[in-house]
Amino acid sequence: MEQSYFEVLRPGINSTFQDRGRFGVQYMGLAPGGAMDYQSFLLSNVLLNNQKNTGTIEFAYQGPLLKLIKGKTKITITGNVFFKIYSQKGEVIGETYRTYDLNEGDQLDILATRSSVYGYLSIEGGFKLDKFCGSVSSQPRAFIGPNHGKKIELKDKILILKNSSTKENKIIRNIKFEEKKIFSVLPGPQFHYFSTASKKEFFSTPYLITKQTDRMGMRVLGKSLENLVNSNIPSEGIIKGAIQVPGDGNPIILLSDHPTTGGYPKVGSIISSDYDDLIQQNSNKEIFFQLVTLEAAEQQFALYIEKIKRKIANIEKI
Amino acid sequence: MIKKITNISDQGIICDFGEEVNKDINKKVINLFNYLKEKSNKNEIKGIYNIIPSYNKLVVHFDLEKNNSHKIKEIISTIDLKKLTTTQSGKNWTIPVCYDDEFALDLENLTNSLKLSKEEIIKSHLETEFYVYMIGFMPGHPYMGDLDKKLFTSRLQSPRVQVPIGSVAIAEKFCIVYPYLSPGGWNIIGRTSVKLFDTKNLTNPCLFSPGDTIKFKKVNKSELK
Repeated sequence: MEQSYFEVLRPGINSTFQDRGRFGVQYMGLAPGGAMDYQSFLLSNVLLNNQKNTGTIEFAYQGPLLKLIKGKTKITITGNVFFKIYSQKGEVIGETYRTYDLNEGDQLDILATRSSVYGYLSIEGGFKLDKFCGSVSSQPRAFIGPNHGKKIELKDKILILKNSSTKENKIIRNIKFEEKKIFSVLPGPQFHYFSTASKKEFFSTPYLITKQTDRMGMRVLGKSLENLVNSNIPSEGIIKGAIQVPGDGNPIILLSDHPTTGGYPKVGSIISSDYDDLIQQNSNKEIFFQLVTLEAAEQQFALYIEKIKRKIANIEKI
Repeated sequence: MIKKITNISDQGIICDFGEEVNKDINKKVINLFNYLKEKSNKNEIKGIYNIIPSYNKLVVHFDLEKNNSHKIKEIISTIDLKKLTTTQSGKNWTIPVCYDDEFALDLENLTNSLKLSKEEIIKSHLETEFYVYMIGFMPGHPYMGDLDKKLFTSRLQSPRVQVPIGSVAIAEKFCIVYPYLSPGGWNIIGRTSVKLFDTKNLTNPCLFSPGDTIKFKKVNKSELK
């Protein structure tokens, strides 16, 4: 059988292959990486009956324009995304969280994410990708991932593992994109390094998400934090969501492609159930931080998992 | 021993072995790392994403759907650290370095600040048996120590935007090697061609492990691959 594949007619701004990421390797200096928005990533695979950890294309702001040169496939797009499908029947404005059939010659045009940053494209059965340390996730900075970890580029051939064999399409209706402004934070290992007054400000005044934000970190600008102890510590392990504060007092929230260790004190950490929402916030948006207890964070996490399960239970045939 | 175990996230805890940075403390961190890693591999501790050893801390990152910090803290606090012995002894490596001026970008400046000749700096670097405290920041990036006191130095006032791959550099009491092109503020004294992280090696991509020992060997430019 001839190999089925897409050709990239426009790569988009930051399109990479992502699954859940790499585990058990951080002691080698290799960051976990993986899809920024776990929930959207997971739902894209579940909608297509894929294995949960199948590799997807993650895009930011503007996604790729792909042409199906050979084969037949079924796709879905998740996130808050505006996209179109061009086929012999004409042009269709796509609905997210719904599967579509693509035939040879069809084009998929992922135009933009709406009031958000990341979206996901999954195909039935997945793309044909090589794994490294159990994952297909790309880390362009370290040349790790399919095609030496490069971002998806113009004229790339993206291979499809197998042609679609299912007839019916599926949808999750009524996905809501709620506005979120307040993000919950647990105290970090150096919480006590910072003055009481500046922590009070940190948890009550707005912070602006700056353009210096990518898969590695999010720089926010607001009242700077006053460090009373030391602005350097012996490097220690980092977990995504950690809020580190370098000497200038301006916080950086470390995201999925963070360095594995870091030598700046950390005032806190974004709770896990708020992470997907945080990374979807556009730059120039103002957000607030609120301090919560571990018990509250664990309860929120249970609710987060519950909500995902409910969405999966709501998948219906069209 | 562990001074305290605290949460650093709802899916992560940190074991604090104190503020000092020395080999004895680091070996205790690595012993606990190896022990927990084995337990996790055997699935005797569930839902472990990553265990990250550093100079004097150990971070455990876990899946809150499968485990929680209360249970993990309890497991760790019941371990008798004194009974954990190093099962794997560290490997010994000899790493070629070329100290030629074209690679040793900060050697000249160091002769002024350290009040030592180039030869004296190189000699001290070659005589030291380095210990790998941790791998971190970037894939394969080792933090090694301890330099002889006479080479203790601060970082550059203004970090370089791009440090060449394989640069061997020093700061404070430590020595590092940059495995990738990256920004960096350490004082560069030479270059090696050894590949610290090899993505073609699927079973063991990272050359060094914490606890390994390293001696540097002076080579000519032509001997760098």
